[in-house]
Amino acid sequence: MVVMKMKFPFQKRVKLAQGLWFLSWCATVAGAITFTLGCILKTELRRRAEVMDNSDVHVVPNTLMIVGLASLGINIFASKICQDALDAERFPRWKNMLKPYFAVSCFFTVLMLLAVIMSCAMKGSLESSLKVGLKNGIRFYKDTDTPGRCFQKQNIDRLQMEFQCCGNNDFRDWFEVQWISNRYLDFSSKEVKDRIKSNVDGRYLLDGVPFSCCNPSSPRPCIQYQLTNNSAHFNYEYQTEELNLYLRGCREALVSYFMGLMNTIGAGVLSVFLLQGSVLVSLRFLQTAMEAVAGNENTEIETEGYLLEKSVKDTVMEFIEPVMQFFLFKNQVGEGSSEAQADP
Amino acid sequence: MAFLKLTFSKNKRDKLAQVLWILNWVSVVTGILLFSMGLFLKVEINKRVELMAERDIQYVPNMLIAVGLIACAINFLGGKICYDCVDTTKFLRWKLILLPYIMCTFFFTFCVLVGALMCYSMHGELEESLNLGLTEAIRFYKDTDTPGRCFLKRTVDLLQIEFKCCGNTGYKDWFQIQWISNRYLDMSKKDVLDRLRSNVQGKYLMDGQQISNNSAHFNYEHQTEELNLWMKGCRQALLEYYTHIVQSIGLTVLITWLFELSVLTGVRYLQTSLENGLRQGDLNSESDGWLLENGPDNVPPKQIPEAS
Repeated sequence: MVVMKMKFPFQKRVKLAQGLWFLSWCATVAGAITFTLGCILKTELRRRAEVMDNSDVHVVPNTLMIVGLASLGINIFASKICQDALDAERFPRWKNMLKPYFAVSCFFTVLMLLAVIMSCAMKGSLESSLKVGLKNGIRFYKDTDTPGRCFQKQNIDRLQMEFQCCGNNDFRDWFEVQWISNRYLDFSSKEVKDRIKSNVDGRYLLDGVPFSCCNPSSPRPCIQYQLTNNSAHFNYEYQTEELNLYLRGCREALVSYFMGLMNTIGAGVLSVFLLQGSVLVSLRFLQTAMEAVAGNENTEIETEGYLLEKSVKDTVMEFIEPVMQFFLFKNQVGEGSSEAQADP
Repeated sequence: MAFLKLTFSKNKRDKLAQVLWILNWVSVVTGILLFSMGLFLKVEINKRVELMAERDIQYVPNMLIAVGLIACAINFLGGKICYDCVDTTKFLRWKLILLPYIMCTFFFTFCVLVGALMCYSMHGELEESLNLGLTEAIRFYKDTDTPGRCFLKRTVDLLQIEFKCCGNTGYKDWFQIQWISNRYLDMSKKDVLDRLRSNVQGKYLMDGQQISNNSAHFNYEHQTEELNLWMKGCRQALLEYYTHIVQSIGLTVLITWLFELSVLTGVRYLQTSLENGLRQGDLNSESDGWLLENGPDNVPPKQIPEAS
């Protein structure tokens, strides 16, 4: 049972070859664009690598880069094949290569679709990675003298200013952490000693936030300390004050930024996938139509083109059979040797 | 005696015309580049127009935009003329326009040069404009309730964050003005009233007592502390930023000017050699091309003194 049979008179074949040549060059450019998008995404993720705990999400840009490069190669081949397709002498030399070529192309096209699905599905992994990463970032904010962590303060400050966010979930995360280093605390002062004694771990906790949480859109100069004490500041109520600090948490800001980026890239790559799929389908039709011409003296006869010679199930079985036979053979050898060992 | 005379065979003339056609199209692209650079500079200046006092600096981007557009038009026409010059019949159409076209283009290249020089002369006006503008902006920082000035606080804050600068000349500028609005000052408190009384104008000045007072902070010496605040003044930071942009643009315009000049020279040679060919009566033969008909060494021959 042939899948999707179509008749191809000579003119239609010529038009198919020309259209396919143009389409495959467009698809080559699209493949290059996919690779570039993968690089852009990877660069953006690496820039914020200090506030991410693991690099699981990097599988998306890595896949995009691989698929982009593969797509470049596949489409350059496709254009070469369709250039030779109309020439009866040059076309037969591609004969042996076409079956593995189609198998490889289908694999990479499916991989492209997987990359698109992953770019939408990786939200949970990204969020949990950012949660742990930001928590550590805030904890090590004060350690500007510890090698390996001395830029943490700078990174968190710049992050909060750039993304207009404060803390992990919100600004109250800063109340639970000692973010002022002991080097800048006067231990002879009563206030410092009181605060340190007020909690079990002996940390200097205060209801204040770093300057980078300040919102420049606020009409009054920033209030960073004694945030929960209404009487410490004139005309101030922390329950209703909205403009003083950034209210959004950095985890939410970063997740929405990256998901926006990945969704846009996913939409672009989906259209590249459709283009690539159409190139492969057209190439298959052209190949089968030209194969029917082979051997005939009159190259302008009408031929039939199809997608698959047998039904889908049979074609799949045809591909899997050699693989299965290989494993079966191994099994038989294994069984034979174990039998030989069993009877002494 | 013609100035810089060159002889052109028919083939050489045709090749010159073709090369000039391509060069004219490259010039169209550089004209578009000039236009977009002028537009970019205009946008950059307008982004920070609240921080600049009224000064004549808009003429530089306007000049660049005008020059870019005219360059596109002139070189587009030039390309068409050079393309037609290969064909004898088509050349006759353009015969009368060619000389006025060359004169216009010469005048225009002069304008391009003036545009390039303007870019470098903008520095002084810009500095004065920024100085006055920033002084005003810092003075009106607290007026977030005055219509027309309510976004000045945000603009100055974001400027200081983005350009890593503080104040006009330095951070001490903030000590001389009241930057906290009266709405947020508790007038019933003693130290607020003290501060207001401490100066003639009744301003709430924080002389950075917190910054200059070493005992107010643990392990702090304001004379040697360099990393706490940004040390650079915003006027210098903005000036450096704009000077960098304008100098790059000026360099590109100079290169464009040289390119335009060379294209003009080529077109002049083409014009004179074609006209000489016409004068000889045969356009397919060799003809001379020159820059000027009467060169500087066009002197009448010396009179030989008669032997006495």
